[in-house]
Formats: sequence, C-alpha cells, structure tokens
Amino acid sequence: MAFDKMELRDIEVWDGNFAAAQALRQCQIDVVSAYPITPSTPIVEGYAKFLADNYIEGEFVMVESEHAAMSGCIGASAAGGRVATATSSQGFALMVETLYQASGMRLPIVLNVVNRALAAPLNVNGDHSDMYLGRDSGWIQLDAYSPQEAYDLNFIAFRVAEDHDVRLPCMVHQDGFMTSHTAQGVKTMDDDTAYSFVGDFKPMNDMLDFEHPVTHGVQTEEDWHFEHKARQHNDLMTKVMPKIQTAFDDFEKLTGRKYNIVEKYDMEDADIAVVCMGTSVETAREVAKEMRGKGVKAGVVGLRVIRPFPFFEVQEALKDVKAIAALDRSSPNGAPGMLFNELAGALYNTDTKALLSGYVYGLGGRDLTKKHLTDLYSELQANVDAGKVLTPLQQFIGVRGPKLQFL
Amino acid sequence: MANTGWDEFEIGAMLRTFEGEAGDIAGTLQEDRNYTENSSFRASVADWRIEKPVFNKDFCIDCQFCWVYCPDISIISRDKKMIGIDMDHCKGCGICVEVCPTNPKSLLMFPEKADEETEIANWPAKETKEK
Repeated sequence: MAFDKMELRDIEVWDGNFAAAQALRQCQIDVVSAYPITPSTPIVEGYAKFLADNYIEGEFVMVESEHAAMSGCIGASAAGGRVATATSSQGFALMVETLYQASGMRLPIVLNVVNRALAAPLNVNGDHSDMYLGRDSGWIQLDAYSPQEAYDLNFIAFRVAEDHDVRLPCMVHQDGFMTSHTAQGVKTMDDDTAYSFVGDFKPMNDMLDFEHPVTHGVQTEEDWHFEHKARQHNDLMTKVMPKIQTAFDDFEKLTGRKYNIVEKYDMEDADIAVVCMGTSVETAREVAKEMRGKGVKAGVVGLRVIRPFPFFEVQEALKDVKAIAALDRSSPNGAPGMLFNELAGALYNTDTKALLSGYVYGLGGRDLTKKHLTDLYSELQANVDAGKVLTPLQQFIGVRGPKLQFL
Repeated sequence: MANTGWDEFEIGAMLRTFEGEAGDIAGTLQEDRNYTENSSFRASVADWRIEKPVFNKDFCIDCQFCWVYCPDISIISRDKKMIGIDMDHCKGCGICVEVCPTNPKSLLMFPEKADEETEIANWPAKETKEK
C-alpha cells in the first residue's frame, strides 16, 4: 500500500470527534465531501490532516454547503467509492433533502452526526433535535454514548451499510460536546486489524462499470415509486437487525467489546426503567446503581439502534417492568416526544401493564443531573406503588419557571 | 414492467440501460443496441416540445457538430452522414441550431405544427457579411 501506517498505543486519549476521524482513516475512506459545522468539524479536519500526511489514499472535496457535501458523497458513492462525512444541527437540516436520495439510491454512505440543537434560538450545544429530524430518511441510525463507542460504531456502520443485502446508508450519532469534545481513554485497534474488520469496498452497480451501464436516481412517478419505497422499507425492517447483530458479535470476537441493539442495565428484575439515548444513559446507570442501594429496583434501557427501531428487543427488555419513563432530548413541538410515541407504539399490543410517562430534558445542552434522575425514579416508584400514573404524560425536566406539564 | 412487484426490483432507484454486458456500444448502431424495456430509448421523452428543428440537407456539410452537442442523442447519423432527427426523443432545445456552422444554417427551429417541406422550400438565403 502506498500510504503510511500509524502506530497507535493500545489506549489513546481521544475525544469523540478524533476517535471518529481515526476510524475513518482506518477504514481507508476514498472520498470525504464535507462542509464544517460545530461541533462535528474536527472529524473531517482530522481526515483532511491524515490525507495531507499520507496516511490515506483518498480525496477531500471542499464544497459550499452541507447540501452539496452530501450530494458529493452520493456521486462518489454511486461511482463506486467508500464514502463518509460528518455534520451537525443546521447542516444536518440542510442535508435532509439529499439524505433521502442517498437511502433511495441504496448507497452505503456513513455519516457521523454530532448531535446539536436546532435554531432558533441559535445554540451550538447538544440535544437530539437533529437526530430526530432524520429518523424517517431511510438511514440506519446508531447511537454512541462515549468516544470509545463513536470509534467502534464507525466500523460497525461500514460493515452493515456495505453488506450487499443491505446497501443502506448509516449514521453514527454522538452527543455534541458531551461526547465529541470530552477526551477519554479509547481502546484502539491496529490499522490492519481495523481494516480487516470492514474489508475491501465491493461496489455494486457502480457508475464506473462501463460494461454494465445503469442510470442512478431515476424518475418513476406513480408507476414504480411505491414499489421502490416498499422494498427499501422491507429491507430496513427485516434485513438490517440480523446484520447489525452479526456485526456486533464479530466485533466482540475481534476486540472483546460487546454491543447490543438495546443496552440493558440492571433490567433482570427491574420494576422501574428509564429509556434514553446518548450520554444520559451513562448518568442514568449511575443513578440506577444508587437507587439499587436504596432498595429500589431501578434499571436503564439505552437504545443503540434508533432506526430501524428495535421493536422486539424493546418489548423483550421491558416486558416485566411496572413503570417506564421515556426521556426525549428534543423539543417535541406539539406532541409527546418521539421516544414516548415509539415506545407506546411498540408496547401497545403486548401484554405489558407498564405505566408509561414521557419526560423532555436537556434541550440545547442543559445538564441532566443525578438529582433530576433520582427524583424521576422516585416518581416512577410512586406510580408503581399507586398502581396508576399519578404524573402527567409529559413533563419538562430542569426548565426554569413554573413547572411545565401536559396531557 | 408496470406490474412488477416490489420484491422483483433491483435495489436502489436505478434502471439498466442495456440487457447484459454493453462492451462495444460506441461501435454499435442505435437500432442494433440491446436496450432494456425500461430504457429511455424505448420510450418517448415527453410531448413538451413547442419548437422543432428542421433539417435541410442541401446546406449540410456533415461536420457532426449537432450530433456531438445534442443532449438527447436525437440526431440520426450514419457513417458520419447526417440523416435527420429522431423526433421521439428531441425536446426542441435548439442547441443543434446554435452549433450549426453553415451559412445559411442547415438546421433551423420552426413551430411544432409547421410543415417541414414548406419550410425547406422557403429556406433563408445566404447572409452576406458587411465589412
């Protein structure tokens, strides 16, 4: 190979952004087409630096907006290259139109999304509004809670996305600043081991195959559009989860680090459970451990895969629970939060008698403290003791002013 | 094709232009190419054309400029001789007329309903350049 290898220590101190950039380097991305946006900028900066220093054989395309960034990725991926990029918040919102093109054309692009609030008001700090915005775009969505997971999930993302049965683009989410700018010890893989996990890129129907020319992104109207979308939905619902599970299993064999589609913590005999995503999962685990010390049977369910939504895994994890809190880190704007809705949908026709309540927290980077979660677990326990939901369906945690509660 | 089920489609919003391999497409005449059923060659583009190009072979020098520049491969050319225009695929953009170097032009745009023989009979004369 013409490029240089990088010697990594077994544990490096990386933040989430640099961990993701290192993963892109080790996967030997052919093309990165990107436009910088806080807090995801260091990911593509890192890639550009590795490219300049001859650690990668690739191409960095500088564009004038995130819309063009994803368009460039789509063109490069359709032409037959391994492609990735990164974005956040407003940039992600500008990308949304092209996200549907990427998934509809079944191009295995990997997008690192560093979650950040959506304006207005303008805010660079983390919440999950942008993650929720892209949830119907047909992409696979994985969620990392720490720099280590941001590093590892990138390899899994490529492995799943590029599988010829799947061929769907994949996002890896991490929390803006909480994960992306907090340096932690990250267990690394050497370059050859990492590359062997994802393997060489095998193009399918690429535009540069002149023996078998194809037209990409065709117009179909009512004649075929429904069938194309139905096929895409079918593949997301039936094919993706087994591939993710296989990739998690293989990754555990390779590195010893175990990932699950739904991350259960103390759920074996839990009476009350918090369901959440991102960095709040780790806080919730801390609090659940403390609650156990007080004799409260508390557990935590963290979603690792957001799309396709893990219906069966969630049903299995929550089947014996008596009260559940869905924690949404997004402004719901006129409805219960997305996680509340989807949990309600997943559990409605099951035998569960669990009491479900929704909480909105941490908008625009507001902290979710252990005190908040302790109070929340106490409310759930009170619901269990009373045998009915005493609290409203939707509450806001940590917002200043009079208490907000709806429904 | 119209009744194909969702599970019979190839994945991705893509269509194959040719059945099987397409090695020597440039050396194969259009009518001999193995187009798929859903290729645009088998279906007309649309009927949005309001102007059409009319070809007058008396002035044509077979330079092939129109053939090179036509975005819809609608110029019919055989053995480097301009023959005519494929009206199933021409959308009336007029690029062929712009690039035509002869004087007078051997291609001109006329309304869609114009009669070709009448227009060719009244073809404009050679323009003289004033010095």
